[in-house]
Amino acid sequence: MLDDTDRRILRFYQADPGLTAAQLAAQAGLATATCWRRVERMIENGVIRGNRAVIDWRALGYEVEVSLRISLDKTNSRAFDEFIAEARSVPDVIEIQTFLGRVDVRLSVIARDMAHYQDIYRKRILSLPHISDIEALMHVARIKSDETLPL
Amino acid sequence: MIELDDVDRMLLRELACDAGQTAGALGRKVDLSQPATWRRIERLKGLGVIAGRRLELDREKLGFGVAVFLGIKLATKGRVSLDDFERAVCAIPEVQTVEHVLGMYDYRLRVVARDIADFERVLRRRIMTLPGVGDVEANVLLSEERVAGPLG
Repeated sequence: MLDDTDRRILRFYQADPGLTAAQLAAQAGLATATCWRRVERMIENGVIRGNRAVIDWRALGYEVEVSLRISLDKTNSRAFDEFIAEARSVPDVIEIQTFLGRVDVRLSVIARDMAHYQDIYRKRILSLPHISDIEALMHVARIKSDETLPL
Repeated sequence: MIELDDVDRMLLRELACDAGQTAGALGRKVDLSQPATWRRIERLKGLGVIAGRRLELDREKLGFGVAVFLGIKLATKGRVSLDDFERAVCAIPEVQTVEHVLGMYDYRLRVVARDIADFERVLRRRIMTLPGVGDVEANVLLSEERVAGPLG
């Protein structure tokens, strides 16, 4: 299992995932080889799932981001699976989440502008199966987005 | 607007999966030389398309069994109250993301906790005491996936 040293490494690593092995080791106060062995062990046992580039969709011209909160028709037992399988095939969907609560599924949809969004919404979203209700939250700004865990 | 070709899109897709790949390894995948690949990656960084990196951790293995999305409506509005709320909410370590939204809520938060009891503690002590907080709706996250989107 993880010890305090592993947690210390993760704290520095998640604060700056661009660190080299040597930089990370220096911050955590460990020898590079020791530190990297621990990182590799955490990758092997799945604690670290990946180190990914964050894409700024706005820089690519996607000015609109909408969070669609969707309730599904739960009388159909296949509703979740069929809805999600179809939602994956919509190219403008970047995130799919399922919930326990008032909302069943949430989709993050990006579009170049409002006209483009309207087109996606009518042609691709409303045609998804088993929707009983949709609410939209229009994204204004990201105030905090580091997604770090309080280790 | 920035124009991307197929190679750029492939590089972005690769880097969104594993940002640690060297330009040489990426170049072999997209059939480009190491320097040419490096130049393309630097261009994408320079244009702000690659905004940084994120370390993806398995929160459950690290003891955070619960992730909850909160929709929050402010009871009082005005510039001061938005600033105060944002400053206070960003300082809560269990709050991972804060988004300002338009619609039935003003803010959308992603909160992690060890379990439901721990979440209740965060909700009561930290969230409900935020300045100006009004209506709060909670939805417990069951699953999530990020998809390639327009790069796919």
